[in-house]
Amino acid sequence: MTTVDPSIQATIPVIRIEPSRGWVSLKLKELWEYRELLYFLTWRDIKVRYKQTALGAAWAVLQPFMTMVVFSLFFGKLAQIPSDGLPYPIFSFAALVPWTFFAYGLSQSSNSLVGSANLIKKVYFPRLVVPISSILSGIVDFALSFVMLLVLMVYFGIFPTMNVIWLPALLLLAGVTSLGVGLWLSALNVEYRDVRYVIPFLTQFWMFATPIAYPSNLLPEFWRPIYALNPMVGVVEGFRWALLGTDTQPGPMIVASSLAALVLLVSGAFYFKRMEKNFADLV
Amino acid sequence: MSDTAIRVEQLGKFYKIGAQKAKYKTFRDTLAHAAATPARMARSLFSRNGQAKTDDNTFWALKDISFEVKRGEVVGIIGRNGAGKSTLLKILSRITDPTTGFAEIHGRVGSLLEVGTGFHPELTGRENIYLNGAILGMSKADIERRFDEMVAFAEVEKFIDTPVKHYSSGMYLRLAFAVAAHLEPEILLVDEVLAVGDAQFQKKCLGKMGEVAKEGRTVLFVSHNMAAIDNLCSDVIVLCTGELAFKGKTSTGIEQYLSGLATAENSQVDLSLRNRPSWALPWIVDARVLNTEGKQQSNFGLGSDVTIELDFRTPNGEKLRRPVMGLVVNHSVRGTVGAINSLMTGFEPNKSEYSMGRIRCKISGTPFLQGLYTVDLWLGDGPRDVDTVTGALSFSIEATDIYGTGRSPFATLGIALIRASWEIEATRPVLVAHKD
Repeated sequence: MTTVDPSIQATIPVIRIEPSRGWVSLKLKELWEYRELLYFLTWRDIKVRYKQTALGAAWAVLQPFMTMVVFSLFFGKLAQIPSDGLPYPIFSFAALVPWTFFAYGLSQSSNSLVGSANLIKKVYFPRLVVPISSILSGIVDFALSFVMLLVLMVYFGIFPTMNVIWLPALLLLAGVTSLGVGLWLSALNVEYRDVRYVIPFLTQFWMFATPIAYPSNLLPEFWRPIYALNPMVGVVEGFRWALLGTDTQPGPMIVASSLAALVLLVSGAFYFKRMEKNFADLV
Repeated sequence: MSDTAIRVEQLGKFYKIGAQKAKYKTFRDTLAHAAATPARMARSLFSRNGQAKTDDNTFWALKDISFEVKRGEVVGIIGRNGAGKSTLLKILSRITDPTTGFAEIHGRVGSLLEVGTGFHPELTGRENIYLNGAILGMSKADIERRFDEMVAFAEVEKFIDTPVKHYSSGMYLRLAFAVAAHLEPEILLVDEVLAVGDAQFQKKCLGKMGEVAKEGRTVLFVSHNMAAIDNLCSDVIVLCTGELAFKGKTSTGIEQYLSGLATAENSQVDLSLRNRPSWALPWIVDARVLNTEGKQQSNFGLGSDVTIELDFRTPNGEKLRRPVMGLVVNHSVRGTVGAINSLMTGFEPNKSEYSMGRIRCKISGTPFLQGLYTVDLWLGDGPRDVDTVTGALSFSIEATDIYGTGRSPFATLGIALIRASWEIEATRPVLVAHKD
């Protein structure tokens, strides 16, 4: 694609535009130069998100909260699913808060390129900015529902352990996973609109492959790190461990999850970059 | 270092028409495609440039384009629709990749392929300025520094904190252009953004473009507005079906482009391919320009009689009760010259219904200066719009010796051929005349 050759003249940047083939560099430096655009796009998504809704930002809390109520009724009360010795509502809500952040980021970023078609066809900027900003914009929702989680904890008389210092890292893990999948799906979505129909299935399926409604210790110890190749397993168990003090020993699971998330992110980023040159023609 | 701003070498862009028409594929297609891939890869190993084969569903939007633009030059890019103008700007803006060749750009590029890209209707004017500025590549500090200037240029001071969805379309456009106009790159790529808005807005935009050009920035400017190109650009690039047809002085380029248009458009008019608005019923089936003998002709001398003839046919049993023919004459560079229709002149058809017919409009002694003119046709039923075809016909007026003096009127001064008679008498000083 394009390379900047600084050797010719220091003051005037020279850009060379030529056909690119195969795998290309990620150009993270350029992405850094466009951080203001990233900031403004994130800011726009947040600003616009609950415009012209009656309940506004309350939706951010209502969505996971209502899911928690349904789960508590059906899985907690009716099916009597164990919950690590915790009250079922707090057990499932502590998982639903990071999960909602992940699922929102996944669907938003997967649809982001197609949704920004007009921008992509008319302006140049590193396209990575688009899916990244759609994930970042989910942080406000996360913060709101996290406050709700704290309220619930106080209600149930549960106090967080010292391990809460790991929460930012766990949130990052959720974000990285979401972005990794989002990069793959958004680039695929440009060419194959089938992706749009796959996303709801994918998130639903993924939700049941993640210990949200049930604890992961239903699985034999030996299988847990393999189970945790689903990065959200590490995130969810990590959240419960850090906030609610479950004794699940999530260390090995989090390591496996982080590795899996990293593989997703790096492969996703390279795939995205490779497809990037076609976006404007296909979207 | 040289004073080159843009260097383009053998640039080409190749599209698969299939990929353009069926905008997106499905997995099934790809699976079928994948099965055939090994064979194709093997073949492309042996063909000289695997990607650049030409078969039926592929085409070159740009082919072998090479040119150079010096620093501070303002260059217009002209050509018919589909000539590759926008593709060229998209490649230079790095929005899409070229297939062959390369381009070198010396300096920061700002491209303006559309005004108001990324504007969000729910955000206020102020918020959109920041957002749009960031999208166009301005830093937050730059935007803050020039914020007041932009607001003043857009004349929206009072509504700056109102969501832009409540703006009138004029305000919206002014605000969008204001942000774009305050970009400060060394090289500016502009695509037909002046084609929107009312006359006053266009004038303002043109003025701003002129300023930018005078500041010594390099500008590449795509437009169909020949007057704007003529006014702003020192040089033009003429593109014709993806190839570079001309690069050089503006006046020569425009002339060549227009004469190319004339020969292409005069011969046979294909009304089905012309632009019709969505409401138009395709009842105008043919049209032609005739001379006084009723023969088809496309070049006329100054002041000649020109007849425009229109054939209409209504489909399955529909009737035109009161056929009305209208026409708009446009100068190819300077825009609309005038319009007339049979209803306003009091012409009444002699039958009560028509399903097929031919209407002739004779313009006696055309009052147009030498140049190329296009005619938009209009068909109505009484005051009701039935059909209209923009640019349906064209004819040219040649500078002939109308005065019998060997001199012809100045083609550069206006568009109207003024007929005049002169008188002269010797006069005495006024005061003296009074005393008499």
